[in-house]
Formats: sequence, C-alpha cells, structure tokens
Amino acid sequence: MSTLILPIAAYTFREAVRNRLFVLTLGGMVCLLGLTAFVGELAVTEQRQIQAAIIGAGIRLFAVCTVCLFVITSTVREFNDKGFELILSLPAPRSSYFFGKCAGFMLLALVISAAGGLLLLLYSEPAAVLLWYVSLVCELLLLVVLSLLCLFTFGNITVACMLVLAFYLLSRSMETIQLVSMSPILETHSLSQEFMNGMVQVIALFLPELHRFARSEWLIHGGDWSVLPPILAQTAVYTALLGAAALFDLYRKEL
Amino acid sequence: MSFEKLMRRSTERPLTAVPWGITLLLVLALGAQIAWHLRLPAPVANARELPSPPSLMALHALSLGEEPAFARLLMLWLQAFDNQPGISIPFRNLDYDHVAGWLEQILALDPRSRYPLLSAVRIYAEVPDPGRRRKMIDFVERQFLLAPDERWQWLAHGVFIAKHRLRDLPLALRLARELREYTHAERVPGWARQMEFFVLEAMGDLQGAQVLLGGLIETGQITDPAEIRFLEQRLARDTD
Repeated sequence: MSTLILPIAAYTFREAVRNRLFVLTLGGMVCLLGLTAFVGELAVTEQRQIQAAIIGAGIRLFAVCTVCLFVITSTVREFNDKGFELILSLPAPRSSYFFGKCAGFMLLALVISAAGGLLLLLYSEPAAVLLWYVSLVCELLLLVVLSLLCLFTFGNITVACMLVLAFYLLSRSMETIQLVSMSPILETHSLSQEFMNGMVQVIALFLPELHRFARSEWLIHGGDWSVLPPILAQTAVYTALLGAAALFDLYRKEL
Repeated sequence: MSFEKLMRRSTERPLTAVPWGITLLLVLALGAQIAWHLRLPAPVANARELPSPPSLMALHALSLGEEPAFARLLMLWLQAFDNQPGISIPFRNLDYDHVAGWLEQILALDPRSRYPLLSAVRIYAEVPDPGRRRKMIDFVERQFLLAPDERWQWLAHGVFIAKHRLRDLPLALRLARELREYTHAERVPGWARQMEFFVLEAMGDLQGAQVLLGGLIETGQITDPAEIRFLEQRLARDTD
C-alpha cells in the first residue's frame, strides 16, 4: 500500500475540521434537537417514537447533504489549486490519491454519523441506534465514492451535485417506482407501458438498494440484525463498482 | 475535423493508461451488482391503513402558516390514498371514521374550502355501503350546522342521498328541515328550501306538506305565482 494514502486522508480530514464542518454538525444537531422537542410536544401519543423517526430522518438527510457537498467542493478546490497535480507528480500510483481521499472523507462521515447516533440514543434503543449507525455509514461510503466519480467524470460542481442528488433520490425511491410501474391500474398492456416497465426494471439493476439502508422504523420498533448482511454485501458490491469506475476515469484523466 | 484530430484534442489519456486490474474490477463489479439485484424477488405491494388524523394544532404547525395550501395538499393525499403504489384499495375498505376525521381537520384548516364537503358527498358517499354513506352524511350535517348559508349545497345533496340511495325518508326529512330552518332565503335558492315539502310528499304526509307549503307562502319564502301553482297542483294530485 502506498505511503501516501494516510497523509492524504489526514489532510483531507484536517481540511474538514478547518472548514468548521464539525461546528456546522454541532449546530445542525442542536437545531434538530429543538425541532424534535417541539414536534414531540405536539404529539398526543407515541411521542418518543415520533421524535426518534423525525430525528433519524433529519440526521440522515443532514449527513448525506453535508458529506456530499464537502466531497465535491473540497475536491474541486484541490483541482483548481493544482494540489491534485502536485500529488500526482509524486512517485505513487494515482489510486493512492483516490483511496486517500476516500479514507479522509469516510473519517468525516464516521464522525458526523456518530454525532447523530449519540443524539438518537436519547430517543431509541442502543442496539437499534447501532444498527442504524452502521447502515448510515455504509450509505455515506457509497455516496462519497459516487461524489468522487461524478467529479472525476464531469469536473463541475453543479453537474456533480445534481447527479449525486438525482442518483440518491432515484435509488431511495426505486422500489416505489417499480411498484407503480407494475400497478394493475396502469397496466394497459400497450407497447409504451411495456417499454416503460422494462426500462424501470433495467434502471433498477444498476442502482443500489438505498431504501433498505438506515430505516427509521428500526429506531421506532427496534432493529433486526439479519438486515445488516445484505446491506454490507450491497455496500461492498456497489462500492467496488463505483470505485472501479472512479479509478478508471482518474487513470484516463490528462493533466 | 477528422476523427484523429478529435482524438488528439481529447483531454483523456488512452484506455491503455488504465491498469488492467481496474478494468477487470469494473467489469466484475458491474456483473456482481446485476447478479446481486437479480437475486431479489419482485417487490410486493402492501396496503397501508389510513391513519387517524393528527390534532388540528399539529396540522397548523406543520402548515408553516400556509393553511389553505396545506389543506389542499392534504386533500389530494387523502383523495389518492386508495391508489397506493402497486395496489388499489376499494373505498369500502377504508376506515370511514378516519376519513371523516381527516375531512373535518382539512376543513378546519381552511373553512372556506369546498373540497372536503364535495368529496364527502360526491366521492366517499358513492360507496355502496349504507353505514359508510351515513357517516359521510353525518359529517356533512355537522359541518352544515357550523355555516349553513355557505354549506347548504352539500346538505341538499345529503337529502338526495338519504332519500334516493339510502331510502331513509326520516333522515332525509330531518336534513331537509335543517336546510329550511337554518338557512336564509336571500342566500339559498327556493328549491333547496322546499326539499322538505317533497320529502313529506314522498312519505305520504300530505297534511304536513300542506302546512309547510302554507308556511312557506305566508312567510314570503315562495312568492312566484307559477311556483306556488305548481306546488299546489302537485299536492292536489297526490290527495286525489
């Protein structure tokens, strides 16, 4: 393993600290806590469950947005400052840069998720929170690699952000879209209907099952650990796919 | 411009610059992802039950000050609840206490909206289940009493449902009587205020119908001579 990976990871993480991302995380958690307390006061019954669900969904969204935006903006800044070219000029394979950045961003994702997990302990069982935390980390790992891939491919903040957002929303809602496309209400057996149904099934083949990750129902009704192995397997398969694609683009990139 | 020149202008290095291990990993990972997805059975649709409505205070808070817009969004959601992804639930399977509760809360969010009342009498009351129809009529009656001059149309439709669909003439009579007693002549057309007359007629209570007609004429609620003649002729025909 290249000796560059650890320094790149450390500097990436240090950049996150200097960008006050952890102050932002603290502020976000305080806001979520306030919102949850307010919503809890409105609830007539199942107060704790409502609070756990809202704070779980809020933390998930906050972590995804923060991590993806930071990955994209930080890497673009490095491209513009020529730091990327400086690193590649060192006697190390290009993959060191990719793995180093991934490791640094994942450390950030681990800390943000841990902050959310600690907050969730106020409203949910520790075992359920742990399951949710592991699953959220897997989700963030996929999104970190996806953000890097989009940036290597398109090299533009707006395009990369929109693609990551679209991919995320599509992956999370794909099961519902599949159900709608198979709905008997819509089944007219017309050619266009069959085509659209087929298209949806094909698109689903290439998307990760993000709707199974970090579900708030675990926080409400308790988690079943048997759901974790498929999540870990999906994370491994899809991370390998995205990572290989990102490395493919990185190796083809002309300086 | 030739293809060769285009290729030379490319900002990417040739494919041979990519280590073969990465290309192999890419192909294997893509195959693994497809295989992983294909192992899954097709998703199965599960019908969700209509939840009980939250408190009005909670809905006010969630509307973020946009009560009319939020009321309409909720109405669309409620209306589409029978069409869940991959499954269609018949109205007769919905919990009508919850439906009435949601309609009531939505109407409380925007009391000037006609949507919940229209849905109650024209959509939810169309279900061929007398119990569920009565629940919708009860809802409309309750809401009518809160603003009779603005909501008389829906109670008039309730009279029609009670008389012709439920064939419950006492209920129709009660609703028609409320329609006459609680509304004001200048705001509500005569035909709506005369519904009680026709219900009494259908019940065979001709004496009651006669008294009502006399009352309507005496209080000046029917002034048109042709209308008075029509109602009198109809009553005379029934008496014969």
